[in-house]
Amino acid sequence: MGYVFDYSWLADYWGVLLKGVLVTAELTLVGATLGVSLGVACAWARSLGPRWLKPIVATYVELIRNTPFLIQLFFIFFGLPSLGVQMSEIQAALLAMVINLGAYSCEIVRAGIQATGQGQFEAGWSLGMTRFETFRYVVLIPALQKIWPALSSQIVIVMLGSAVVSQIAAEDLSFAANFIQSRTFRAFESYIVATLIYLALAILLRQLLRGVGFVLFPRRSGR
Amino acid sequence: MSLIEITDVRKSFGANEVLKGIDLNVEPGEVIAIIGKSGSGKSTLLRCINGLETINSGSIQVAGAQLAPDELHLKALRLKVGMIFQSFNLFPHKTAGQNVMLSQMVVKKTPKPEAEAMARKMLERVGLAHKFDAYPDELSGGQQQRVAIARALAMQPMALLCDEVTSALDPELVQEVLAVVKELAAEGMTLLMVTHEMRFARDVCSRVVFMHMGRVHEIGPPAEVFGAPKTPELRQFLGAQH
Ligand SMILES: Nc1ncnc2c1ncn2[C@@H]1O[C@H](COP(=O)(O)OP(=O)(O)OP(=O)(O)O)[C@@H](O)[C@H]1O
Ligand SMILES: [Mg+2]
Repeated sequence: MGYVFDYSWLADYWGVLLKGVLVTAELTLVGATLGVSLGVACAWARSLGPRWLKPIVATYVELIRNTPFLIQLFFIFFGLPSLGVQMSEIQAALLAMVINLGAYSCEIVRAGIQATGQGQFEAGWSLGMTRFETFRYVVLIPALQKIWPALSSQIVIVMLGSAVVSQIAAEDLSFAANFIQSRTFRAFESYIVATLIYLALAILLRQLLRGVGFVLFPRRSGR
Repeated sequence: MSLIEITDVRKSFGANEVLKGIDLNVEPGEVIAIIGKSGSGKSTLLRCINGLETINSGSIQVAGAQLAPDELHLKALRLKVGMIFQSFNLFPHKTAGQNVMLSQMVVKKTPKPEAEAMARKMLERVGLAHKFDAYPDELSGGQQQRVAIARALAMQPMALLCDEVTSALDPELVQEVLAVVKELAAEGMTLLMVTHEMRFARDVCSRVVFMHMGRVHEIGPPAEVFGAPKTPELRQFLGAQH
């Protein structure tokens, strides 16, 4: 029990940490925005879209939900270049996160659509709206409201899961922690600091998503 | 030419033929009550008229708009007939005013100020001008149904389909909705309403349709249908009403 904590390295390495935090934040914000958009599009396709599209989306969703994120990341970063697609580490990391979140949020949003009564669709249609307009203006917001807590959790999971992108040398927060401990040999302290920062980011992200919910859903209760 | 022309319409759900050849012509300004036992096909008939159900054969035409399953035809038809549901179906995330504005802006591309002016006018017509900014869950059932009526009217339809519009309401709220419907009738709106309010049907309607087992079993002015029913089925049905 004679371990002596030493945080003096923070003075030299805070810049590295900050850069890592910014990369993780950027990956999360851009990845979540694009990922949820993809998820909503897929949820529409799978529950209301043309018949030929449904099996394609279903295959994508099941493929992603039943394979590890790390393998998906490697496939994109190491696999795609052999098909001639070149990407930076960050681009590959972002793409992997979008594809991953797209599949999970598809199923979450779909549950919200299914929980919306048929009467809402019929009200939209009987007012002359097309099927798509009814989805867009009538069904989508109440459906999102119903599943917003689940979707928020999934986004936080993706943010935390983004730690593995350091495996392809995308310079996120966990990459920074790895880097610092390899230079300073203060592994314990490096990962304690990284852990606390992830914790803070997760709490911040949840608050942010709550705020987005308040803006998106003017009404507290959804039917 | 009649406003609504329903010709030999048949509709099955699987092997269950629910409408067995319906013929019905509705003239402009007519108020038609559709009565009949549960399961006789009343709702299905209304839902076929604005394309919420696809028919198996026959034809339906409203003011020259032909029922056909593609979105273009459906939209043209639905601009001619509005529908009021038993369960109101207001959009919960929109205020009363926004409920009335939405389809004007989305479907007719009406600019927002005009849509809003129309919404205020229609809410005023149903006596709810002061509830413009209220959300559906802040309104009583009767008020919600009146907003639903305003929402349909804002699209300026030539006819309204009403499916048991007071059945989900507490008894004390029924009259305020019926009063609005009565006023529409007086203003010359063409109405096709499924109803259990026999008194209302007798007072307001020009003709009463008695449906039985997927057919128009008897049809005529209320005095005849209620006063001198011709068929034993109608007599039995009327006898069962209190
Ligand atoms: N979507 C559906 N799928 C299968 N069967 C249906 C469907 N909708 C209605 N039916 C059947 O069609 C028949 C007529 O139903 P409909 O709702 O038109 O009756 P109704 O006269 O409106 O009755 P009620 O007074 O109870 O509202 C019923 O036997 C019903 O079970
Ligand atoms: Mg019915």
